[in-house]
Amino acid sequence: MPLWTLYGLRQGKASTRWPASGDDGQSGTLGMPHFDPAKCQEGCRRCADACLPGAITVTGAAHGTRVAVDYGRCVTCQMCVEVCPTNAFTASGDWAFGVRRREELIWAHAAATNDAQALKGQIHRVFGRSLHVRHVDAGSCNGCESELQALNNPFYNLHRLGVFFTASPRFADLLLVTGPVTYGLRGPLLEAYEAMPDPKFVMAVGTCAVSGGTNGGGYACGNGLDGVVPVDVYLPGCPPNPAAIIHALLMLLERAPQRVHGGKIAAGDNGA
Amino acid sequence: MTAPVLEAVARADLLRRCRSAVDAGARMQMAYAWFPDGPRNPEVRYVVYAGTREPLQVWRCRPGPQTLPSLAAITPLLSWYEREISDLCGLQFEDQPQPDPLVLLPGATLSTPPLVPGVNAALSYAAAPSTLPEMGGSTRDDVQSLPFGPVRADVLESAQFNFYYLGEAILHYHPQLFFKHRGMEKRFEGLTPELGAVLAERVSGVGSVAHALAYCRALEAAAGCEVPPRAQWLRVLLAELERMYNHLHYLGHLCHTTTLKVGEAEGKYLEELAKQINCRAVGSRLLRGLVSPGGLRREPQLTGLAAQLDRLRIEFARYGLMLEASTTHLDRLITTGVLSRKLAFDQGATGPVERASGLDRDLRRDQPYAAYRELPLKVAVREAGDAHARQQLRIAEVENSIELMLELLQRLPGGALSTQCRPSSGSEGLGWSESPRGSLYYAVHIDEAGRLARVKIKSPSFSNWRVFPFTVHDSNMMDYAINEASFGLTIAGCDR
Repeated sequence: MPLWTLYGLRQGKASTRWPASGDDGQSGTLGMPHFDPAKCQEGCRRCADACLPGAITVTGAAHGTRVAVDYGRCVTCQMCVEVCPTNAFTASGDWAFGVRRREELIWAHAAATNDAQALKGQIHRVFGRSLHVRHVDAGSCNGCESELQALNNPFYNLHRLGVFFTASPRFADLLLVTGPVTYGLRGPLLEAYEAMPDPKFVMAVGTCAVSGGTNGGGYACGNGLDGVVPVDVYLPGCPPNPAAIIHALLMLLERAPQRVHGGKIAAGDNGA
Repeated sequence: MTAPVLEAVARADLLRRCRSAVDAGARMQMAYAWFPDGPRNPEVRYVVYAGTREPLQVWRCRPGPQTLPSLAAITPLLSWYEREISDLCGLQFEDQPQPDPLVLLPGATLSTPPLVPGVNAALSYAAAPSTLPEMGGSTRDDVQSLPFGPVRADVLESAQFNFYYLGEAILHYHPQLFFKHRGMEKRFEGLTPELGAVLAERVSGVGSVAHALAYCRALEAAAGCEVPPRAQWLRVLLAELERMYNHLHYLGHLCHTTTLKVGEAEGKYLEELAKQINCRAVGSRLLRGLVSPGGLRREPQLTGLAAQLDRLRIEFARYGLMLEASTTHLDRLITTGVLSRKLAFDQGATGPVERASGLDRDLRRDQPYAAYRELPLKVAVREAGDAHARQQLRIAEVENSIELMLELLQRLPGGALSTQCRPSSGSEGLGWSESPRGSLYYAVHIDEAGRLARVKIKSPSFSNWRVFPFTVHDSNMMDYAINEASFGLTIAGCDR
């Protein structure tokens, strides 16, 4: 019988200290593409035609076309980057896309003013040191689960941040939902939400839960959480990587700032 | 790859043909319906695996007035396919032994079969408990029933597991799946081939490469195009990277169920390292966004990959040895969840599950695709059929995968990454891949405008979920979680 404990001790610490310092483990990630409308060609709609979830829409006649980008629908497939003839869409490593208001995911020239949170300070005071999370899979592809499960591996070691997954919604402060909400899971999702004590929060994790993504709609599916349960934090991504989920959790707890405003991360914001 | 042989089988001949094929050792792979001539004229396709390295057969059969004879009595694994066809295409099967809905939850009804082209089906649902009347009732008040789920403890996929048990002993087990049914096959309808690849990656997240690969190969077969060698080789690399992180996950998760804590941490740490390797190489931890019809969309970043894989190989070798020497862990695995060779074959087990039950089958070798024919592929097989055999099999497959990738990186040919893939109107193709969980098939039919008319997905978990309950009936509660972890099932792929 091997001496697992000794082996574990010899291996040393595997956990990153991120976000305090150290490696976030996401090097190489292709995140949400950058959009620069100044480079758009009149009448071109190649990006919109190549966008499966409909995150990019082109409106208007041949003169004065307008391209709208909703990162709440983006699945980071990079198709727009590949088809754009003028580099209006370019690949980026931006993944920390958690926001409090759904509109913040829609690309806008001027970043919306940072809204004052009614609960400012309260969330941090009550939950800042310990948050219990109940996860509900409302019809995901299992990609989001794969990354959520990674949060408890020795590298991210979510416990070090005082965040714990709990089995019962009765003990949960946060309902973390993945998937576009299928007809069969709408009821169980609502029951889990009802079973949670107040005050409670909801986080939509993954593009499916935010907007339905590529998989929502149709005869068996809803289009994410809007209109089903009130959402406190939206985190698009397909799937959002573990660091993005950690950032969104810390953002909910007011331990990290929201980085995305008007569909983009401000220049100079390196997330440190 | 040898092209499948397509032949028409008359309705009256179907039973006889099926019986003689099964008697000759063939295994039915899947069945699906589609509508080539309008909503009133479905055609049912049967994919038949005649034998190793023999071309696959595809039978096409026109039902009489909306019915076909059921083949479930001859080959029981077809029962689920027939019930799915009834649910989603509205076709009935005579003498179906279990004529209940499969894909639709109890309490769900559809206004019209949704896979009929051009229709918009409306679904109404009033949740009803899934019951097995013969297991309960006043005469059997000693039998307790435990419906577990669909929201279960921990971060897990949604499904409801119904146990009928006496104390520790499970008498009967019925997994109510399909809570996650999203209607994915319908969603392909009308898409361009390129966008279909983006969707295929999102059917089952931890099988993104295998799904995209099977889908693209189906399209390439329809278009008759030849993928350039470099893309073929890199597709093997992506598929093996996917196998590696999946198997590492299941090994770590298996330790979780036997409470081997450091073993769990190490397995999941190695999985994390594998996913970080994926991310550095292709920009996506789940290896998404590369495989596309005709080849690959861009060049992966291969610098340093061989060195990273080699480090993982050394760490994994030690981990594998320690798992195989941990007696408290092995005590829980040996003789747990035994799946006999015959049951595995008859009920359609696939992938590591069937190979751990002595069936030497692997699409990478038996129906070679991508560049597998040119690489030294080892197929591991174990005979015991228990949770331990499934662990041993995954350990061997991780080792073989890394070895294969290291060899591949040394001999990787140069050249183009992609070729044009334009399937002509009315064409069709069948594609397959050996995913980390087993055989995955995509059947693709193209419409008049060159868009997708019908896409059928046969996921490996659809096969293995059918088999799994046979290893749970008449076992005990304490072994359940271990047995389930050793199967390595996804629900997203099965439910679609």
